[in-house]
Amino acid sequence: MTSQPTADLKTTVETVFRIESPRIIAGVARIVRDVGIAEELAQDALVAALEQWPRDGVPDNPGAWLTATAKHRAIDLVRRRERYARKLAEVGRDLETAGPYLDRPSDPDDIDDDLLRLVFTACHPVLSAEARIALTLRLLGGLTTPEIARAFLAPEATVAQRIVRAKRTLATKNVAFEVPYGPDREARLDSVLEVIYLIFNEGYAATAGDDLLRPALCEDALRLARVLAQLMPREPEVHGLVALLELQESRAVGRTGPSGEPVLLKDQDRRRWNRLLIARGFTALGRATAAASGAPGPYALQAAIAACHARAHTYEETDWPRIATLYALLAARTPSPVVELNRAVAVSMAEGPAPALEIVDRLATEPALRDYHLLPSVRGDLLLRLGRTQEARTEFERAAGLARNERERALLRARAEEAGEGEPS
Amino acid sequence: MPRYLSLVQIDEKTAPAEGPSPELMQRMGELLEEITKAGVMLDTAGLTPSAQGTRVHWEGGKISVTDGPFTESKEVVGGYALMQCKDMAEAIEWTKRFLKVHGEEWTVSCEVREVAEG
Repeated sequence: MTSQPTADLKTTVETVFRIESPRIIAGVARIVRDVGIAEELAQDALVAALEQWPRDGVPDNPGAWLTATAKHRAIDLVRRRERYARKLAEVGRDLETAGPYLDRPSDPDDIDDDLLRLVFTACHPVLSAEARIALTLRLLGGLTTPEIARAFLAPEATVAQRIVRAKRTLATKNVAFEVPYGPDREARLDSVLEVIYLIFNEGYAATAGDDLLRPALCEDALRLARVLAQLMPREPEVHGLVALLELQESRAVGRTGPSGEPVLLKDQDRRRWNRLLIARGFTALGRATAAASGAPGPYALQAAIAACHARAHTYEETDWPRIATLYALLAARTPSPVVELNRAVAVSMAEGPAPALEIVDRLATEPALRDYHLLPSVRGDLLLRLGRTQEARTEFERAAGLARNERERALLRARAEEAGEGEPS
Repeated sequence: MPRYLSLVQIDEKTAPAEGPSPELMQRMGELLEEITKAGVMLDTAGLTPSAQGTRVHWEGGKISVTDGPFTESKEVVGGYALMQCKDMAEAIEWTKRFLKVHGEEWTVSCEVREVAEG
């Protein structure tokens, strides 16, 4: 037992709970087969700790205390409630061994299995992407509902509703609390990876003026990805996602200038890139390659592209031919207009603006890119390099009209001005 | 999510001469795995004794070099852990757990410092 003043004690209890809560919820969910009820029971254990620890002192192993308390309540609930009668058969095995099982420390492997079940349940495709994101951040990321709402610029009531409905959907659709092993495993894993990727991108899209919780989503996603890689060390795309996020995050400090303006990749001060995260990214990419039996997946390919940028000490050293090749592989795996546009940029750097313009012009009628400011922005760039300044100016003006934030609009207007000052073509 | 450097400081004079026991290494390994699995540990290592270290000092425009051991300091850095945590309280909680795996024969303190970003 440890003694400490009461104010610190509340912080300790809450911190221990935040650290342990995914594992507690996961362990309890295996017993009650319902993530909503599991979360309530975990909260009950927190209340019990807040009542008992100030009186009895902090237990030597506070995490185990919380877990055991929550599991005892779970077992009581399962035994007590009629509506679990039909599920008793499923969990009978756990109940028979519950006594001794609770008195000895949990096997780390059991905890990992439970956590993985929780990940796959929170990211189940029966839920909308928004619901999966909210539930994952809440149950696994340790964010409160108000924090999630602030990070996603959504009303708190909306997010709370979303989480309640998601839990209800999982219960009413009888979603099994399990790790999928079968034909749908790949699709289910894709769903998990997508949730983490979407959380990261939400943080990545945040601008300097935003609430700090928004950019922090990048780190929340990165932590989730790192946890997942420990839980599924043999899945190449999990390592691919970790690699991609580590490498993207390594450039976070260079992406904005002193007054919060976006700084283009070519203008970034590469000395500010985080070497530790770059090294971690390379390690994860190595694991993705080692774990892959066939061709690299989309996350590993995107990570390999990010690695090309990380390897280049200066913009001029960038291996554009390799990046163009990687984009071609990515386009073959997951064809999309945005990937094609990125490939065009790489081709323009590797082979020159003319072949790149051919690719971009093929995208002109693409409905998905109709309002995407980067299409005219890239096209303007290529036309400028080909000396077609008036056309370039028109494209930059069009891009400025489509850009979503003021800083990008200002940048594109300036480029239109500059292009207009060139010789008419 | 800030990063925290936990500087592990030990009193080399009172530390067990034979170093960490196999049991301690076992418990330590399990804990480090747990911190890694929580997505928190970025990097960690233990250092060789200060007897094998060298202190390079800059003062009054002059360099001086002193070989270890650094007997004038009560505690010397014996290792470090770089962790990414939600806040200082979380870093402190993991640090407490790190300290608790040591037996009572050890006197260890950790200085937890937030890494300045930017």
